[in-house]
Order: sequence, then structure tokens, then C-alpha cells
Amino acid sequence: MLSTGSVVASELHTPLVELIRYTSSGLGKDVLAALARARDREDPGSRAHATFSLMLENVSRARAQSAPICQDTGTLIFYVDHGPEVSPFAVEEAIHEAVREATRRTYLRPNTVHSISGENIGDNIGPGSPYIHLHPTREPGLRIRLMMKGGGCENVGAQYSLPDARISAGRDLDGVRRCIIDAVHQAQGYGCAPGTVGVGVGGDRVTSYIESKEQLLRSLEDSNPDGQLDALEKELTESLNGLKIGPMGWGGKTTILGVKIGHRARVPASFFVSISYMCWAYRKGELVRTADGWRIDGASLTPASAPASSGFPLRVA
Amino acid sequence: MPRKLELPIDEARIRELRVGDEVELSGPLVTGRDAAHKYLVKAPHDATFDRMARGTVLYHCGPVVKRDPEGGWMFVAAGPTTSIREEPYQAEVIARYGIRGIIGKGGMGPKTLAALQQFGAVYLHAIGGLAVVLAQCVARVREVYKLEELGVPEAMWHIEVKDFPTVVTMDSEGGSLHAEMESASAAEARALMDRNPHLPK
Repeated sequence: MLSTGSVVASELHTPLVELIRYTSSGLGKDVLAALARARDREDPGSRAHATFSLMLENVSRARAQSAPICQDTGTLIFYVDHGPEVSPFAVEEAIHEAVREATRRTYLRPNTVHSISGENIGDNIGPGSPYIHLHPTREPGLRIRLMMKGGGCENVGAQYSLPDARISAGRDLDGVRRCIIDAVHQAQGYGCAPGTVGVGVGGDRVTSYIESKEQLLRSLEDSNPDGQLDALEKELTESLNGLKIGPMGWGGKTTILGVKIGHRARVPASFFVSISYMCWAYRKGELVRTADGWRIDGASLTPASAPASSGFPLRVA
Repeated sequence: MPRKLELPIDEARIRELRVGDEVELSGPLVTGRDAAHKYLVKAPHDATFDRMARGTVLYHCGPVVKRDPEGGWMFVAAGPTTSIREEPYQAEVIARYGIRGIIGKGGMGPKTLAALQQFGAVYLHAIGGLAVVLAQCVARVREVYKLEELGVPEAMWHIEVKDFPTVVTMDSEGGSLHAEMESASAAEARALMDRNPHLPK
């Protein structure tokens, strides 16, 4: 991460709105490739093949129109890594303003409800929402990652406290593996299968879930630095397809796209395994400030060639 | 090949449908999700909802919408939401308003399945996350009901669809693809738990 001096909220506005538009209206290359492989494994003419084809068609139409790929634009979770020259208050202010603007532009649905009154807040800014994780770094620079997590898949997440007699899960990796298999079975198609499973092992009830979500920031194509966990991830990514739950739970050869496992230290008395299930509409994006400007998922932000269509000054090239 | 069905539809035609049938719907239907269901079972008979819903299907959907240049509404993103949350209310809504089908995702429980059998209706599964493709199947927004009170996602949108793709996953004969999938995958899940290749032989 490089930087060219201090950062103020107004400078962040345009790149952040563009991050939200880009993340809401498409999927990463790794997810698209996994969905295409899943389609190609199915027999042409089958319901599963047609379903995967429609999913991919939906993403390309959404991208072309800057429309949300899913009307549930999700819980907005921002992960901010900021150097000492960046004011976290400026970042927070800029995120709130960008979320309001993205909602006005229908990149986001008015998706935030007051939990006590039941009222829709309208502009997506409410108590604890959006959720912003701030991580100070010693090096200068700024990276903002956004995950949009739909409610359907969030609802099928699960937390296990081991040992768990129901699934014969003890306090070891075999027990962790049993939890993952059980959670994917329980999820059926309800979380918009095929999903990706983020797993947090250890920690307390809160940090265990935080770890499971942060695992979903990894690429589907990466390897776990821990050899034992890497072998478990790769094995389950294949063998869970044996459940044949398939796209949307209608049956098929692909039930999940990936398994990502992380861990945090725990106290001797606790052993949590937390599962965050991410739907096939796996929306995440990364905005980075570099010496020569802003980049989203590696691509430069440049002045829009057709500002009339979007009315917005910067686009991902 | 998917079957084409025109809405509204009568009971006899709905009772012909079976689990696994691919169906493309055209005609008027109404959306309703959590707040609408809660309202519909609590309120006295609602004539407006009756006019929008009777003989057609109820879509579990909270859309993203836009104003069009003529001052009307346009659907931008409109995939199905998870249906099981309406399980406590659905049977009564079907009974009171003569609904012939539910579009949603994830399927529903035994109470709804019994209502489908009793009153002659089906559950039509749409693809979750297919928001743009499905919004483009919405040819026209006729009206919106209780927008101020419930907000955009929860309001009841009376829309006309064209070739809206779904799969029947619960029928009026008691068939449920969801129950079948659940039990078929349960055995494999248990076997996979016991077949851990990472343990020493």
C-alpha cells in the first residue's frame, strides 16, 4: 500500500460510491469461474445446467446496467486498513455519505430496518449499520474492502460449541469437519446454493464469527497457509458435492464453491466453530489507494467515458 | 421445456402441476413479504389486496425500484426472498384470499403444504439472486399498496410479468422436493462425517 499524503472524506466519496456500485452489480473472477465450472459439470438440458446458465446471465446483465445482482443488497461490511496519515473519522464519514448516495442511485436497496420500531430507515445508515471494521496499520496507505452479505445466507449460518453429541463432534479437527458438513446439510438450498463456507475455529462467540466472515475475503483460488487446514478445505470442497443439494437445493453436482477455514486462540473452557455461509451471489470488492490513483479489484478508476449514462465521474476501467 | 401459464389461473389447472415441472408465468400477480403477511392475518378482510391477489400468485419479493420518466415505477432488481419466514401466516393468507400459487425460494413447511392440498395451490420456486433477469420479466407495475406504511421492500406491488421462470417444488398432492432433498442428503452427510480421510487409518 502506497500513499500520497493525508486523506479527507470528500476525496473518498467518489471512489467509495464506485466501490459500492461495482460490488453490488457483479462478481469476482474467481466466483464467475467457479460458477462456469459448475455449469459445465452438469448435463446440458438439465435443470441444474439451466439454473447455472441463468445465474451467469444475471450477472452479465447486472454488470451492463449497474443494477444490483440481487435485490437483497445485504449487510454492508467494510474492512478498512488505514495508515497513520488517514483519519478513521474521515473514512467513517465518507462511508456513510457514499452509502447514502449509492442508495439514492439504487445501487443499494433501502435495506436497513430499525430493530425496535420496525421502520425502514431509508438511507441505510442506522445503529451499527453499515458495519465498519477499522484496522490501523504502521505503513501509510488505505485499503477498503466491502462485503455485501444477503440475509438469506446469513440466516443459515451456525455456531457450534464443542463437544456436540448430536453430530459426534469432539474438540479436534474431526469435530470441526463434522460441524462444517452438518452446517452445509442444514443449509440445504436456503442460503442460495452453491455457497462458500467461511469457518472460524476458536475465539469467543463474537470473534469466532468475525473470523468466519473474514475467511470469506479470501479468493476461492488461494491456498490456506496451514497445510492441514488446506488439505481439509480442498477435500471438503470436493466431497460436500456428494450431498447433491445442487443450485438452489433442486439437486445437482455442485453444492458448494469453496470452504475457507481460519482459527483464533480460545480459552480452555470454550471451543466454538462458527460457520458463515455466503450465497452464490458472493459480492465483495477491494478499493486501494495507490501512488497513481485509486484501484478497485486491481483496475484503475478513470474518468467515465459516458458520464451521461451514469452521471458519475469515475468508473472502473 | 417449460410450461407457459397465464395468470389468473383456475384451481383445476393448478392441480395438474407436479413437483419438478418447469413453469413460465405471464400475467398479473402481487408481491408480499414479512410485514404484508403479518398485516394480512391481523387485519380484517382487505378488499384492495383481495382484488390484486385472488386467483393469481403471491410473490415473496422485496424489490429495488426506480421512478420511470412518466412518474410510474420500474423494477430494477427483484429476485425471491426466503419463504419459510411466512410459514406461520401462509396457510391463512391462501385460504382468505384464494391464492393459487406462492413464488419464493427455499420452500415452505407442513402447514403450507397442507393448505396447498386443501385449497388447490402450488409453491413455485424462483432462483434466488436472479434479481436482474427476474426484474426484466416485470413488464409493468400496475400499482403499489401500503408503500408509505411498509416501505419499498415490504409494500405490496401489483405487477404484470411475462415468462417469469419458476420450478414447482411443492404441489397440491402433498409432494415436496424440499422434503425429498433434505432426507436424501441427510444420509450422505452422516456418511461423509464418518468417512474422514484425514484421520490415520
